[in-house]
Amino acid sequence: MYEIRIHSRGGQGGVTAARLLALAAFRDGKYATACPFYGAERRGAPVVSYVRIDDRPIRVYSQIRNPDLVVVLDPSVMEVVDVLHGLKRGGKVLMNGTTTEKLHGVPAFAVDLTGIALREKLVIAGSPILNTPVLGALAKMGIISVDSAKKAIQEMFSDERNVRAAEAAFQELVI
Amino acid sequence: MLTIATGNKAVAAAVKEVRPDVIAAYPITPQTEIVEQIAEYVTSGELDSRYIPVESEHSAMAACIGASITGARTFTATSSHGLLYMHEMVNWAAGARLPIVMANVNRAIGPGWNVWAEHTDAFQERDTGWLQVYVSTVQEAYDTTLMAFRIAEHADVILPVMVNLDGFLLSHSMQSLDTLNAGDFVPPLHLPHAIDVLNPAGYGTLTGPDEHFRFRWEIEKSMRRSRKVIAETERDFAERFGRSYGVAEEYRYEDADVVVIAMGTLGKEAEVAVDLLRNEGVNAGSLRIRWLRPFPDFDLSGREVVVIDRDYSFGFGGVIAQSLMARQRVDLYSVIAGLGGQEVTYDDIAGFVRDRRPGTELWFGVNGDV
Repeated sequence: MYEIRIHSRGGQGGVTAARLLALAAFRDGKYATACPFYGAERRGAPVVSYVRIDDRPIRVYSQIRNPDLVVVLDPSVMEVVDVLHGLKRGGKVLMNGTTTEKLHGVPAFAVDLTGIALREKLVIAGSPILNTPVLGALAKMGIISVDSAKKAIQEMFSDERNVRAAEAAFQELVI
Repeated sequence: MLTIATGNKAVAAAVKEVRPDVIAAYPITPQTEIVEQIAEYVTSGELDSRYIPVESEHSAMAACIGASITGARTFTATSSHGLLYMHEMVNWAAGARLPIVMANVNRAIGPGWNVWAEHTDAFQERDTGWLQVYVSTVQEAYDTTLMAFRIAEHADVILPVMVNLDGFLLSHSMQSLDTLNAGDFVPPLHLPHAIDVLNPAGYGTLTGPDEHFRFRWEIEKSMRRSRKVIAETERDFAERFGRSYGVAEEYRYEDADVVVIAMGTLGKEAEVAVDLLRNEGVNAGSLRIRWLRPFPDFDLSGREVVVIDRDYSFGFGGVIAQSLMARQRVDLYSVIAGLGGQEVTYDDIAGFVRDRRPGTELWFGVNGDV
């Protein structure tokens, strides 16, 4: 089982990112669950979402303690949340941003999802949409296939800019 | 069609498939997505139901009762305080023998204000004459909602059915979902005592002691007959669609020396704990109770039992644990866990089994004796 924890803030689309990722994994022929943790959050508060991907049906509903991958959609949550908490030995981090310098000693990758969203004018209520571009980055990391990433985005969103943003993230992420 | 959906959306999709005549709805977290999705179906024309947005849950159930007594197929959904607010009408629906189906997304009762999973809300409606079933996966939520209509409306039952799913843990979790073309799996509803709206007449419902007593006995007779109807419905569902669940789902149960009993998502998570324990050489199994009413019969003799209750009857004990003790000669270990969405992992469940002390009660995560 491959376990992913996504850190974001309420309103940034972390929950939708989890659902898109689960849908893409499902289109790859895997079993997948997206279990957002709903706290007493409001817009702007740090939130976590969980995705599990496996070749067998998934029977776990509790929160992920030891993720294989941590995705940080909003690096500012790192001031209040230990995003590396419980990260599995050999686990990786995917950061929205231009640098991974705050993450020492773990394999970390950065891609400027916010920049991509702004370029594609993917902005809702003043917030850049990060949940569709991040799928491109996850495809680059081999978590899901490019084809399924696109399919998942198209199933949930009709605006083609979302697919373009994912393609841009795929291109820009350096592995 | 194979897709991916939340527990809430699965319930809504099943409701669309059985096409109720009337849906009365009032939103409440974490159920809102069900009635929102159904409203979308109705607005888009995918579902040709009369959708009544009401001003409270009491009115939601009252509207369902009014529609159902004309012979209409009816559905509503609620949760927690919404369910308690309709309590009077919940009793009425069963007493009036109306086969209403309701989804209840299990959530704790305040105060303190809490929107997370707990079974106490539905348990407070336990003795109303409704059938109650608890599900553990998105697919099971869909399949069970379909089956609920057929069971409720069966001539040998004619009682309302409540489909329960854990708040957020299942209502908001996304998993794969195979939606069905149900065909004639749920036949048209024929309510034997339907009133004829074209020939209006008044009749008093005041019933004397003897009649009242007889009506209550009729409810119990139907409740007892419903066991067979549930089994038949499951069998036909399995033949047509290839899935079955049983009144309680067994996992590595047959040769188990110690059995974990739980409901809902905790019952699923317990299966992972069972695998862990088996790897350690503990002969564990699990039993996930699905139907609370009618309460299933099973034989636990000769086994050690660990019961996890996501509920509590103050001054008495865990409701499932106490129910089992009333029916079985077992010395069980009663664990109270997961109230108000308390995090309980498969590791925790394995720990309950490892550290079991039959004859005692554990409140998970809080120390000290009462």
